[in-house]
Amino acid sequence: MVPLQWYLILAATLFCVGVYGVLARRNAVAILMSVELMLNAVIVNLLAFWRYSDPAVVVGQAFAVFVYAVAAAEVAVGLALAVSIYRSRQTVDVDQLNLLKW
Amino acid sequence: MTLQQIFFFVFAALTLVGGLAVVTARKLFHAALWLLLTFFGVAGLYVLLEAPFFAAAQLFVYMGAIGILIIFAIMLTRGIMRQDAPRFNEQWWLAGLLAIVLLVVLGWLAWQQPWTTTAAPIREDSLHLLGLALVDPEGFALPFEVASVLLVMALIGAAMIVKEG
Amino acid sequence: MEFLSRLLTFLSNAIVNVGGWIEGLLVNLGLGEPLVSLAMGLIGAAVVGFFPLLVVIFLIWAYRKLIARMQGRLGPNSSGTWAGPYGILQTFADAIKMLTKEDVRPQGIDVVPYNLAPILVVVVSLMVWAVIPFGPGDALVGTDLTIGIFYILAFSSAGLFVFLMAGWSSNNKYATVGAFRAVAQLIGYEIPQLLAVLAVVMVVGSLRMQDIVAAQDVMFLVAMPVSALIFFLASMAEINARPFELLEAESELVCGYFVEYSGMKFGMFYLAEFMNTVAVAAIFTTLFLGGWRGPWVDQAPILGTLWFLLKMGLVILGWMFFQMTLPRLRIDQMLAFNWKFLVPLGLANLCVVGLVNKGIVAALVGEVSAWTQAGILLGANLVVILATWGILAASERRAWRRQETWQAAQAGELEVGA
Repeated sequence: MVPLQWYLILAATLFCVGVYGVLARRNAVAILMSVELMLNAVIVNLLAFWRYSDPAVVVGQAFAVFVYAVAAAEVAVGLALAVSIYRSRQTVDVDQLNLLKW
Repeated sequence: MTLQQIFFFVFAALTLVGGLAVVTARKLFHAALWLLLTFFGVAGLYVLLEAPFFAAAQLFVYMGAIGILIIFAIMLTRGIMRQDAPRFNEQWWLAGLLAIVLLVVLGWLAWQQPWTTTAAPIREDSLHLLGLALVDPEGFALPFEVASVLLVMALIGAAMIVKEG
Repeated sequence: MEFLSRLLTFLSNAIVNVGGWIEGLLVNLGLGEPLVSLAMGLIGAAVVGFFPLLVVIFLIWAYRKLIARMQGRLGPNSSGTWAGPYGILQTFADAIKMLTKEDVRPQGIDVVPYNLAPILVVVVSLMVWAVIPFGPGDALVGTDLTIGIFYILAFSSAGLFVFLMAGWSSNNKYATVGAFRAVAQLIGYEIPQLLAVLAVVMVVGSLRMQDIVAAQDVMFLVAMPVSALIFFLASMAEINARPFELLEAESELVCGYFVEYSGMKFGMFYLAEFMNTVAVAAIFTTLFLGGWRGPWVDQAPILGTLWFLLKMGLVILGWMFFQMTLPRLRIDQMLAFNWKFLVPLGLANLCVVGLVNKGIVAALVGEVSAWTQAGILLGANLVVILATWGILAASERRAWRRQETWQAAQAGELEVGA
């Protein structure tokens, strides 16, 4: 049996890789990809806890279902925004999207 | 080392290598393909966690829909210049430091905490129970309906945002 | 005489008995228990994996021959370029041709996705065979997953990214546009496919493939014809059959996403397309035609496999009739058909089937026979068909009247803008 800690550390590592991607990448689509990594780590965490605590309690699985729905909605709108920004500014480099700066 | 642990290491390696390749890939399209590999690794992990429905949902939603959406967005936002832009911004070292600190804190927390695990066997009809709970008025029927409304809003919103003119 | 009866008993459950004999052989060789089950699993996987290849070999020949005869030609035959009696060896000729063609490597391609795409296409086509039931019992299905039909849909959906890989890495405008169109079509037509399958799953109450087959005392083709029709049409788009064949339109899009592939790599795409046909035919048979069910299956389970193959053949023949007689749709016609007709119809069908099914269970207390349930569902489906027909006829009348008005205005007989 795989100990629970292994799953948690795997999820934590994936989450931190996603954090690095969000904070360090320049392309908006790459940032959204890193956000997807973070969401995947979260769902792994949820399901690991569901499995290793009482698997008869359905809350863990139900929560994971809603995380899927929210992730899908968020990536759709985020990518629509990225495409729209590209159309008006010809770039998706977040360092150059600074119109709201002081 | 039991067979389950071997499979865990295989899928964990797939996932982590894919994740690292996503954030460090030079070409954006390659990053998207590594992301698809990461999703596949995570699907394998769900099979190990005895949640086959989520493994199939991962393949369906993430690989088959979100992955494709990301690849479409990459193709639609490609610049006129063919050479790829610099990958990281100027504070990448700070981002790396933060990520490592976060990892150390989370890892230490996860490792030394005495989690109460039961490792009870999965019931035969756990999928059935999940379905029942999602439509039970005292279960998760309301979040289920709200999630549907959220998805419709996202659909309409995304279509409106990219509409031309 | 006794030998004959023993032979018949052995043959009546042939596949299981052969498997048992092989297992006995392995145990006698002295292998330990886990190795024997591992070896049996590998042998089973190899058989299930080779089965679609064998069917495809026959299918390619049948396809060419039937199309030719329907169009008044001869097709592959034994005169001219000899391809065996009746042209049976045509498939082997095709394979040899593809193996001996030059493996062109275009300039500027992305090497890893370019070479990986043909392999992954075939892999995804093969993966769905693990859960298709060939006969009664546990031994004649690869693995009876709890999420059977969902696994199949998930893999068909997950396999879409290979087209983008193939199109993008080919460094070719036409390939990229072709890949975009391919993914737009395939993603779009997944939704009515999913809705039709959902209607079936709702009536059965389980995702397991063997449960779906076991619940079909009356074929779901008879009980739920609208779902069957939606699944039939959506599957034709998923396998690129003729009305929806835009993805490999030689005359319009220069072969779409596999324009830069030659030789065996193209052979892989070609093979995967036919294997998809066989796989989706198997799924349609299991979902709507009753899978392996038929007369005398209880006594001789091998007959179950035979009925399954016959039904699969009928479905493929049905698709071939469409392929041989209809021209290709344009991309906008195809997408309009999907989003403006199939998806609303699928949703309406899902609502109606769900309501009627719950109504049957709630209203008719006590056991309802399968025929009664099928009859009520058929009635509900006929109502849906009539309603759809009425709506289509009304909108056609409106369009006709609008066109008459427009023509009259152009001829100057009508006061416009008064």
